Order: sequence, then structure tokens, then C-alpha cells
Amino acid sequence: MKTRIALLGCLSVMTLLSVQSRANNGDSSVIRPMVADPANAGLKLPTGFKAQAIAENLGAARHIAVTPLGDVYVKIQTSKPGKAIAVIHGNEVKTFGTYRGTGMVIKGNYLYTSSDEEVYRYALNDKFEVINPDQPEKLVTGLINRHQHEAKALTLDNEGNIYVNIGAYSNSCQVQDRAKGSKGIEGCPIRDSAAGIWQFRADKQNQTYGDGTRYASGLRNVVGLDWNTADNQLFVMQHGRDGLFDMFPEYYNLQQGNELPAECMYALKKGDDAGWPYIYYDGEQHKKILAPEYGGDGKKKGGENAIDPAIAFPAHMAPNGLLFYTGNQFPAKYKNGAFVAFHGSWNRQKGQKGYFVAFVPFKDGKPTGKWEIFADDFAGVENIQSPGQAKHRPCGLAQGPDGSLYVTDDVKGTVYKITYGGK
Amino acid sequence: MKKIILTGVALSAALSFLAAQTKKPVAGSSVARGKKVYEQYCLTCHQVDGSGVPHLNPPLIKTTFVLGEKPALVQVILKGMQSSVPIDDEYYSNNMPPHNFLKDQEIADVLTYVRNNFGNKAGAVTAAEVKAIRAKN
Ligand code: HEC
Repeated sequence: MKTRIALLGCLSVMTLLSVQSRANNGDSSVIRPMVADPANAGLKLPTGFKAQAIAENLGAARHIAVTPLGDVYVKIQTSKPGKAIAVIHGNEVKTFGTYRGTGMVIKGNYLYTSSDEEVYRYALNDKFEVINPDQPEKLVTGLINRHQHEAKALTLDNEGNIYVNIGAYSNSCQVQDRAKGSKGIEGCPIRDSAAGIWQFRADKQNQTYGDGTRYASGLRNVVGLDWNTADNQLFVMQHGRDGLFDMFPEYYNLQQGNELPAECMYALKKGDDAGWPYIYYDGEQHKKILAPEYGGDGKKKGGENAIDPAIAFPAHMAPNGLLFYTGNQFPAKYKNGAFVAFHGSWNRQKGQKGYFVAFVPFKDGKPTGKWEIFADDFAGVENIQSPGQAKHRPCGLAQGPDGSLYVTDDVKGTVYKITYGGK
Repeated sequence: MKKIILTGVALSAALSFLAAQTKKPVAGSSVARGKKVYEQYCLTCHQVDGSGVPHLNPPLIKTTFVLGEKPALVQVILKGMQSSVPIDDEYYSNNMPPHNFLKDQEIADVLTYVRNNFGNKAGAVTAAEVKAIRAKN
């Protein structure tokens, strides 16, 4: 009896394997057949939602865009020749381009992407296929990349402008980055060419700093950002600072180091300053607190001219994707609300947090309720201690033409498609 | 049948007991002190299991630096590392700050701990060695 069951088990695994390898495109990436997955690809979702992995093993899948015909473009963080962008068309994956990077947006008949220094666009044909994969237009060039916070995440408005994150190549603008006892530099010079969102024209080639505008400043690093069409405004998710407990144990205990500062969502208007590096936002005291590198002690307030966040999330969860949902497939409460992909923390101790996609309801560009976990269990382990244990980490978000939600994972390169089928 | 299983269990228990006996930590107290230093100054970045943070902070598991020549390894601790050149073919974007405020003995202890933990096996580092390497800077 036992042997028979074991044999049966082996057989079914073998059948599965052969199905998978047949769908293999000769690369290591795998396309899953478009059938419902009763296990929801390992994700935990609200009632009525389903998930399936439409692709696996794409590599470090960062941001993602879906065409009006349902093809999927994924930016892969790799410098391997010809592997920068993956295109999923039905059961087939193709790749093109050679540059690391994160940014990936479709607007009108163009695909906009970024390396860690440049912004490109590719013209699309009437089927939304890239016409000339080897010759994108180089829109912006020469953006600063000193490795830390190097992702040039992108979004566009409806007036032909493109917004580009240029992250601070530093934790808190100390004389010596992340060194215990090193003071913050007065008049932090990093803010001149980084630590903000820059605005460029979406249709002009070879722009650099002089051609763009520093649209908003005092943002340490932004990977998730989106244009909110309900109130015509830019929203960003900041990656908050690290090291309050490690570097300042005289002011912060381990618990406070874990819970501070909040990961903040900001609604930005031109000229706004979110205050980095001089302040951080304390989500428990609901205050802007002077950074200890600049004379703070965990209590002194600061940043009179800095804006307040629209939403404060728990610390260190690393928001890498932001999407305002405009589709009609999901129940009404999701309409115009924000999905946020939290890549998952590393800068906590004794247990990490995040590794999920959150949701916040919105109306007219204002949050109308508390945030909640929407899609969970990406990590695939209980009580995660270190990000290396995570089997998947959510990163990019996109909406399909039918209102499905797409989520990338940059550990293994899984692309999840989340749909609503009712109860 | 049962007997075979039992002998097998007994054998493997005996074997693992033997293994535990021979796997005595190198320089016992140095490793114990080094663990404390690690938890205070290295753990957030390199993580509780030494696995690092993918793409950000490198692992301390069998890397060229960890198992390699002591001078280069001690210099990483004293001067930190901001090069962002690939480490064993992977690229890590964060900066490591200098830890020159640590005493010779603390550096020796933490490196001895790292070199005999996380699956690593390499010789202990002594305070005298750290002192000599620091003197060259
Ligand atoms: C702020 C985060 C941080 C802290 C704290 C830190 N490191 Fe590092 N460490 C790094 C980063 C990032 C690199 C790689 C830097 C690069 O690529 O330029 C690195 C590199 C190393 C390397 C060489 C590369 C390798 O993987 O073998 C060793 C060894 C090392 N660190 C050990 C330590 C020890 C021991 C401590 C504690 C005394 C420590 N580090 C504290 C971030 C940190």
C-alpha cells in the first residue's frame, strides 16, 4: 500500500516536471500554464481573490508594466547581456537590453525604463510591442549613482512630464556614512543632486540635471511612486533611515530602533521638502523629530518647513512599489486606493517585518481608512529572521487592462497575477 | 527489521556525539566574546545567520575575505568598505563604516567568531596580529 502511494506520488511529480520543462523557453525562466492555482501561488489573500504565478525564475524582477493587450514587461536587475527587460507574451518570454535598473512604466505608445544612471524610452507599435529593442531614445543621462539607493524609479503625469527618483547615497548625510559618532554635514550637499524627485520632459532626449527641475527634496530614497489621477498629484513611498539604535544606543533602545522611523507615504507638490536628513517622522509620537546626527535625542522636534506624511507605516519595511488602483475588477472599496509592495525589512533585530502587499483606501487623493495587509506570505517562512530566508520578496506593482493586479518578486523572479472572482 | 533501525539510530547518535566532541570551538572564550561584539556592531547588516542582505550587505559565509589572509580582513574592519566592487561575483550597494574604534582584542574576537561560525572554518585572529596590522596604517 505504502509503496503504491509513494510510486503514485513520484509519478505525479514527474508529470508536473515534464509539463514545466516543456513550457521552458530554453532559458531557466518558466512560464506557468494559465490555469487556476488552488494554492494561490503560496500567497494569502482576502476572500474572493486568487493568485497565480504567470512566470518564474526571471531573475531579480523589479518594476513591471502591462500593455492594454495584456503583455507584461518586467525590468530585471542584472547586467547580463540581453537580459535587462523580460517580455511575457502568452506562454513565451523574450528578453532584450543590457543594463541594470529598476524603472518600468508604459504611458501611451511608449515604454519608459531606467538604468541606475539613465532614463530611456522605447516606441511601441499598435500591438504595444517594442519596435526597436536595441535603440531606445535616451531621455535623461548622467544621474548620480554611488551604489547606495541607486534605483531610478519612474512615473509620469498626464502633461508629458516624467518624475525620477534620485536616492541619497547615504543613510543620514554623516561625514562618514553609517559610522558611529560621525556628525551630520551642515547644509547637506547630497540634497543638491540627489535625495529627491526630479522632473524631466518625457519627449526630449539627452536631458541632464540642468534640463530638469528638482520637483521635491528631502527624500532619502523612493522606489515606489505613482501619479494619482484622482487628484492629479504625485505620491511617493520613502525608505526611512536606519541605525538609530546601532549608532545612538544612548537615545534609543533596541525596540525603538526597530520601530523608528515610520516608512512614510508623501503626497508631493512642486517644491515640497520632506526633511531628510535633518529630521525623521516618528509614527508613534506623530511628530517630526530632529535626527540625532543633527543634535536630536529622540524627543526634540524639528523640520518646521518639512511636510507631514499622508500615511505612516511601521519602520524598515522597505516599500518598493506603489500603485493607485483604477480598475473595475476588484470590489468598490479598492477603487482609487493605494497598493504598496513592502520588500521586507533587514534593519530590525529579532524578527523582520514586511514581505507583503498592503492596501489603503483613498477618496479624492486622501486616505480614508487604516492600511491593511492585502497579499501576504511572500517570504514563505514563519517568523522570518533575515531577508536571505525569504523565498520571495514583493517589489513592483502594475494593473492589467482587465483590472488584475500584477506583483513581481526579485528573489526568484516570480510574476504574480492577482484576480477577484467573488465569493 | 526493527533491530537494524535501532542499530542505525544508535550508530548515528554515537557519530553525532563524536562529531560534537571534536567540533570544539577554536579559542573558546574569544569566540564567546566575539559573539557579543558581533551582535552589537555587525548583526544588523550581516544578519543573525551571517547571510547578509541580498544586493545590499554581503554574507560572511565562506567569502574570500572571511577565509582569506588576515591583513586584508582586519583592514575591512578598521577602514570599512565603500568600494562596491563585486565580492565573489556579487555586487553589494551599501557602505560598511570603519570600526577602528574597536579595541585590538575586540576585533580579534569578532573575527575569530566569524571565522568559526556560519559554516566557516579558519584560524583564530589574535590581538597581537590586529595591533601589528593597525600599526601599518
Ligand atoms: C552598516 C552596515 C554594516 C555593518 C555595521 C558592518 N558591515 Fe561589514 N560590510 C558591509 C557592506 C555593505 C560590505 C561590502 C561593502 C562594499 O561592497 O563596498 C561589508 C563587507 C564586509 C566584509 C568583507 C566582504 C565579505 O563579505 O567577506 C567583512 C569580512 C565584513 N564586512 C565584516 C564585518 C564585521 C565583522 C562587522 C562588525 C564589526 C561588520 N562587517 C559591520 C556592511 C556592514
